[in-house]
Amino acid sequence: MAKVKSLADLKRIKEEVQTKIKLRENSDRPEQVVQVKVAMATCGIASGAKETMNYIISELEHQAIDAVVTQTGCMGYCYAEPTIEVTLPGKEPVVFGHVDKTKAEEIIEKYVKRNELVDGIIPVNYKSI
Amino acid sequence: MADYKMHIMVCGGSGCRASESDKLTQNLDTALQKNGLEEDVQVVTTGCFGFCEKGPVVKILPDNTFYTQVTPEDAEKIVEEHIIKGRQIKHLLYEDPNAKELIPDSKHMDFYKKQVRLALRNCGFINPENIDEYIARDGYAAIGKCLSEMTPEAVIEEIKESGLRGRGGGGFPTGLKWDITRKSEADQKYVVCNADEGDPGAFMDRSILEGDPHTIIEAMAICGYCIGADKGLVYIRAEYPLAIERLKIALDQAREYGLLGEDILGTGFNFDIELKYGAGAFVCGEETALIHSMEGLRGEPTFKPPFPSVSGYNEKPTNVNNVETFANIPVIINKGAGFFSQIGTGSSKGTKVFALAGKINNVGLIEVPMGTTLREVIFDIGGGIKDGKKFKAVQTGGPSGGCLTEAHLDTPIDFDNLIKVGSMMGSGGMIVMDEDDCMVAVAKFYLEFTLDESCGKCSPCRVGNKRLYEILDKITQGKGTKEDLDKLRLLGNVVKDTSLCGLGQTSPNPILSTLDNFYDEYLAHVEDSKCVAGQCKALMQYKIIPDACSGCTLCFRNCPVGAISGERKSPHFIDQSICIKCGVCYEKCKFDAIEIV
Repeated sequence: MAKVKSLADLKRIKEEVQTKIKLRENSDRPEQVVQVKVAMATCGIASGAKETMNYIISELEHQAIDAVVTQTGCMGYCYAEPTIEVTLPGKEPVVFGHVDKTKAEEIIEKYVKRNELVDGIIPVNYKSI
Repeated sequence: MADYKMHIMVCGGSGCRASESDKLTQNLDTALQKNGLEEDVQVVTTGCFGFCEKGPVVKILPDNTFYTQVTPEDAEKIVEEHIIKGRQIKHLLYEDPNAKELIPDSKHMDFYKKQVRLALRNCGFINPENIDEYIARDGYAAIGKCLSEMTPEAVIEEIKESGLRGRGGGGFPTGLKWDITRKSEADQKYVVCNADEGDPGAFMDRSILEGDPHTIIEAMAICGYCIGADKGLVYIRAEYPLAIERLKIALDQAREYGLLGEDILGTGFNFDIELKYGAGAFVCGEETALIHSMEGLRGEPTFKPPFPSVSGYNEKPTNVNNVETFANIPVIINKGAGFFSQIGTGSSKGTKVFALAGKINNVGLIEVPMGTTLREVIFDIGGGIKDGKKFKAVQTGGPSGGCLTEAHLDTPIDFDNLIKVGSMMGSGGMIVMDEDDCMVAVAKFYLEFTLDESCGKCSPCRVGNKRLYEILDKITQGKGTKEDLDKLRLLGNVVKDTSLCGLGQTSPNPILSTLDNFYDEYLAHVEDSKCVAGQCKALMQYKIIPDACSGCTLCFRNCPVGAISGERKSPHFIDQSICIKCGVCYEKCKFDAIEIV
C-alpha cells in the first residue's frame, strides 16, 4: 500500500473505500433513502425475482442512487410476481407487479428518479404492521 | 472488487467472542461458500454492539435484522433461510422482555432508540482491523483538517468551545488541559492515553479500543499536534489482550499508510505511539501513579501540583486523557464544536458511555446524551429490573461513587448533578441493585475492593479504609452499635479529606452515600439485628411456619447438614444451632412454608 502523502491522497482513498460501507451507511438511515423490497418467496423466485433484485441493485448502484434493497417473504400477489415495494423518502410505499428487467428499468427511470407513476401498480388494500 | 449485496455483521467484542463468535464467523463464511454466495454477501467482524446481555449478536444489513444468542451451529440456517430465502429466523430474534413480542430489527429495539453514539460511532459498524473502513467513515479526516487548515491554538479553542470534559472520572475540561500542556515549555512532551480501566463492571474503554482503535490513534496525534509532542504512549492493562492485539494491528496499518511516523500527510508533523502495559492495579488509573508505572517505578501516586501537564512522564510535560475522551475528539473536529455542545446539559456537553450491569435486563454498553435521566437509562434502555423485582438502588462511579435511590431516578445525568446527589460520574460503570441487595453489604463489597487496591503510601487510605471495613464487617455480623454508624461517617470524612490521591479521597463514598440514602437499613442492622434484604447471613434465620408446613419431608431430605427434623405429615422444625443458612430448604419448599426472619 502506498503511503498517504497528503490530505488530497486521503480524500481519494476515502472515495475509493466508501463504496465498501455504503450499504451499511444507508441501512443506518433507511427512511432517508430509496427503499426497495423484493418479494422472494418460492413463487417470486420462480418468476425471476432474483434476477430482478440483482438488476435493481446494480442499476441503482450504477446510477449512484442511495438505496436499501432488501428481500422479503411472500407479499401475497402471487399472480403478479415478481413484485416489489418501493418507498421513496417521505412517501407511502407503492407496490409494483410483474417486475422484470424492462419494468424495473422503467420504475427506476420514471418513479424513482422523476417521481412519475407507471403502470402496473398494485393497489394495497390492507395495512401491515 | 466484488459488490456485496448484503453484509452480515458479527460482534467480535470480548464478550461475544467468549461465546464463540469467531467460530460463528468462520461457519458463516463456509456456509456462504457452499452456496456460492461469497461474492454477494460479506461477513464482517465488528466491535461491540453493546447488547452484551444476549451475545453473540449478529446484525444483517441492509434489513437491519438483529439476531441474538447466535451459536456457530446457527450459521447454516442463517445463510439458507435468511440470506437465500429472505425469511427471518424467529427463534434468533430478540424478544422484548416487557411487551413479550419479537423485534424484527434493531431500529425497533428500545435499547437503541434513546442512544446517541459518538464515541461508539464505529463500534459494531466497521471492521476494527481494517483501516480502509475507518477512513471511509471520515477516519483521519480530523487530523488532516487540523494539520492543513488549523493552528494548534485554533484546535484547542475548538475543543474548549465544545465543552468536552474528561470522561475518565474527573471531568476536567479537556481543552484547558491541552492548553496548559501546550504552554509548558520543554524540549520533549508526551501524549498519554489512559486505558487502565479498573472499575468493577466497567468496560467502556475496552470496547472502544476493540471496536474502533484508529479513533484513539487519530485523536492522540491531534493532541500531539496541539501540545507540541511527537510521542504518544498508551497505558493499557495486560488483561485486555484483544484490545492490545487490535491496537497493535491498527498502529501497524497507520504506520504503513504514513498516518503515523514522520512527515504525516506531507505537513512535516511527526508523531508515533508506543504501548505500555499495566498489571491491572486500580490506583494506576490515577495519572501520577500511571506515569510512575510507565517509568518503571512503583505504581504510587505523588502529590499534585506539579500536575503532569507541567511535569509528568520523565519529568516532561505530559497530557493524560482517557480513551473515551479521545474518542470524542475526531467528532468535534469533523462536525464542529457547535454540533457537540448542542448535545447535553449546561455544564456537561456531549454524550457519555455507560456499562450497564447488575440486576438489569439489558446488561451492556450504551451511550446517551448527557442529561438523560437515570430512569430512562435503567427502564427504557436497560429494560428494567430482572425477574420483575423492585428497583432499589443504582451505583454509579464505581468504588469512588455512591448509591442512588428511587428518589434520584429522575435526575438528569451529568457531572455536577451526580455530585450534588452524593455520587459521581466516574468512568461510567452503572450497577443496578434490586430489593434482594443489602446496602451495607454493597458498601462492604466496594470497600473490600479499595482495600485490596490501595497502594499503601498514605496512612489515611491504608489504615483508615481498613478500619472502615472492620466496622462494616462488624455490622453485617450483627455486632454493630449505633455509635459505629457515627464512627463510620466521621472516619469516612477524615479519609476523604486527608488521603493523598483520588483513590482514598473517594473510597468512603459508597459508605457515606448509603448512610445518607439507606440509613434505615443500617439502623435495622445495629438496632434490630435485621437485614431487610436477607443477605447478611449472620442476621437471619430460616424458620418453618407450622401452619403452612405439610410435612412432605422435602426440606428434611435436602438439608445438607441435618438441621431439620420432624415426623412425616406433621410440621417440621429447623435447629438454628446446626443450620448453616444455605437456603436450600427455602428454595425446595413447595408450600412457601419457610420464611426468612
